[in-house]
Amino acid sequence: MLLDALTLQLGYNATLVAIGAALLGVAAGVTGTFLFLRKRALVSDAISHATLPGVGLAFILMVLLGGDGRWLPGLLAGSALTALLGLWLVQWLSRATRLGEDAAIGAVLSVFFGFGIVLLTVIQTIPAGRAAGLESFLLGSTAGMLYSDAVVIAVGGLITLGLVILLRRPMILVAFDPGFAETTGIDTRRTDLLMMTLVLAVTVVGLKIVGLILIVALLIIPPVTARFWSDRSDHVVMIAGGLGGMAGYVGAAISATAPDLPTGPIIVLVAFAGFAASLMLSPGRGVLSSFLRHRRFQAAVHMRQGLLALAQEQPIYEPLTLRLLRRAGLVRADGVPTDGGRARAAKALRDERRWTVLRSMEAHEVAASLYDGLREIETVLTPDQVAEIDRRIGLPKGVKP
Amino acid sequence: MNTAEFVALTLSPLLISVLSAVTCALPGNFLVLRRQALIGDAISHVVLPGIVAAFLVTGVVSAWPMLIGAAGAAVVAVVLIEAVRRLGRIEPGAAMGVVFTAMFAAGVLALEQSDTSSVHLDVEHALYGNLESLIWLDATGWSSLWDPVALAGLPPELGRIAAVCLGVAAFTLIFWRPLKISTFDEGFARTLGIPTATLGIALVVVSAVAAVAAFDAVGSIIVIAMFICPPAAARLMTDRLEMQIAWSVGFAILSAVLGFILAGYGPLWLGGSNAVSAAGMIATVSGLVLALAAVFGPCRTRSGASAQG
Repeated sequence: MLLDALTLQLGYNATLVAIGAALLGVAAGVTGTFLFLRKRALVSDAISHATLPGVGLAFILMVLLGGDGRWLPGLLAGSALTALLGLWLVQWLSRATRLGEDAAIGAVLSVFFGFGIVLLTVIQTIPAGRAAGLESFLLGSTAGMLYSDAVVIAVGGLITLGLVILLRRPMILVAFDPGFAETTGIDTRRTDLLMMTLVLAVTVVGLKIVGLILIVALLIIPPVTARFWSDRSDHVVMIAGGLGGMAGYVGAAISATAPDLPTGPIIVLVAFAGFAASLMLSPGRGVLSSFLRHRRFQAAVHMRQGLLALAQEQPIYEPLTLRLLRRAGLVRADGVPTDGGRARAAKALRDERRWTVLRSMEAHEVAASLYDGLREIETVLTPDQVAEIDRRIGLPKGVKP
Repeated sequence: MNTAEFVALTLSPLLISVLSAVTCALPGNFLVLRRQALIGDAISHVVLPGIVAAFLVTGVVSAWPMLIGAAGAAVVAVVLIEAVRRLGRIEPGAAMGVVFTAMFAAGVLALEQSDTSSVHLDVEHALYGNLESLIWLDATGWSSLWDPVALAGLPPELGRIAAVCLGVAAFTLIFWRPLKISTFDEGFARTLGIPTATLGIALVVVSAVAAVAAFDAVGSIIVIAMFICPPAAARLMTDRLEMQIAWSVGFAILSAVLGFILAGYGPLWLGGSNAVSAAGMIATVSGLVLALAAVFGPCRTRSGASAQG
């Protein structure tokens, strides 16, 4: 069943939804990356909630003009207008008053949404609005998606994607170093505004499929997930687009397999599953890899300290150190060093002495700064240099009995 | 409209909306000052999964399990946000966005999957509450206020929100000094021995309880609007925290009363016949109040000092 859905065998409507959701996911992931890198992810929350009054106003206007209130492009145009107003208000409140951007976002989000709800209750009372079903914009609804709706979504998604590709360089620059961007002649404020307009476009396009409450997730989760897999901005953008597209496609396919699996939430949960997996498993920043890295570091420190203690014939009480030394075959079960252990311990102590000498040599200041108690001195110096240091330390002296 | 009708149909939802507004505005002041305003946003989104989870566990729609479920979900969300932020080294805004949208989506999915057709539990209700239905049918006039039989018919939401309102006010009063100091200068507060981390969590929990109690009555929109708009407007009116709280309570009451009246009677004045969403209207009015404060407020700019001095 799921396989059928993934290979687009579940009928016309399911195919439309899956393709539309995939395109939307790509556009949202790519656009959201810039928003995330600019550390303004939650501005999208204000934008998306501010679309609701626009939908209501557009519906009322279209009905008053005698048309069909549910014409999708009209509704989307209306939602874009109020979202733009909301965006402008967020910028203005956080710039012109002492309120922080967070308060501005929260205020715009709740007030616009509240006003949108008022308009929805007004619409319920006008005769043509009885079956308007504008509530479907809250959480998205793909049940009755038309071919024309899918075209609107696809074209909107593609235009957004094209604009992002054109504008990616200034947006990256502004995201990482606004000051430097200014000096290279980029208008930071206009770039920010363009970025926000793209976010707005994605939001508006996504209203039909995932709804205005959850579109934020498509803008935030794929970029955050992609960030786990790369430190290069262009890679993050591409991975985020891929992840977003995949979440949209897989989510839409899963939701097509059963009647009571709403598309929007499923897409979001698929994206979140990707996030959770990346949080745990990503090689660089994942929880698992940092845990392993920590364990390796811990073992190296214990090993080193254990060897130094052996060389100086101090007793070792730390159980972890003893266990590590025993496992490496350097001490016996009763804590007495083996021959191998004695050799390694002597080497460790000599290395420590070599580092001390090295750090007193001004010529090797850079090499000496690499000292962290764990690094093998051979990785820093050539054999000649090590031999030079050994000459200063001197050879082992015989001890008279 | 005569008095009997007013007491029966208007008094109790009006009181509930005023109390909800005040309950949220009080902790909202500190959230706005600490730049944590969006915690309120996150909490109000995760209340839905909490309520659905409580329903799935108990199988009935009753107040206390849902309150506990919602408060639990708020705490889980805060913990998760913090965990994602620390483990993934992600900036707080994005961490919040990841967590609350995913939890909200899970809540919607669980709601669609479970058989809730027989009970009054749906997404719309969660978003904009059912303020209009919280009427006091047993009342026959002002005299009902002294009639124990009629008083027993008061909607239970009124008692709950009143209790929570008192609790939040008590929290603010009792911890006034540490809250104030740690909000403005966390380092100094720590040198005084104030447990700032615990206090921060306590503030979030109190906000969650306020949000849940108010949500129960008026839906999640008013909750976000009341957390942020009245305190933000008050912030633009004064430089003193005491005055700011007073202003914010005033603004909250004003928004609730004005919004409620406009929602109930505004359409009638304009020739319509049906009332519009009171919750939405209250949020709208609080936004207008904030807009006025942002344009005319004496302390609206960032320089700190007011125009006079």
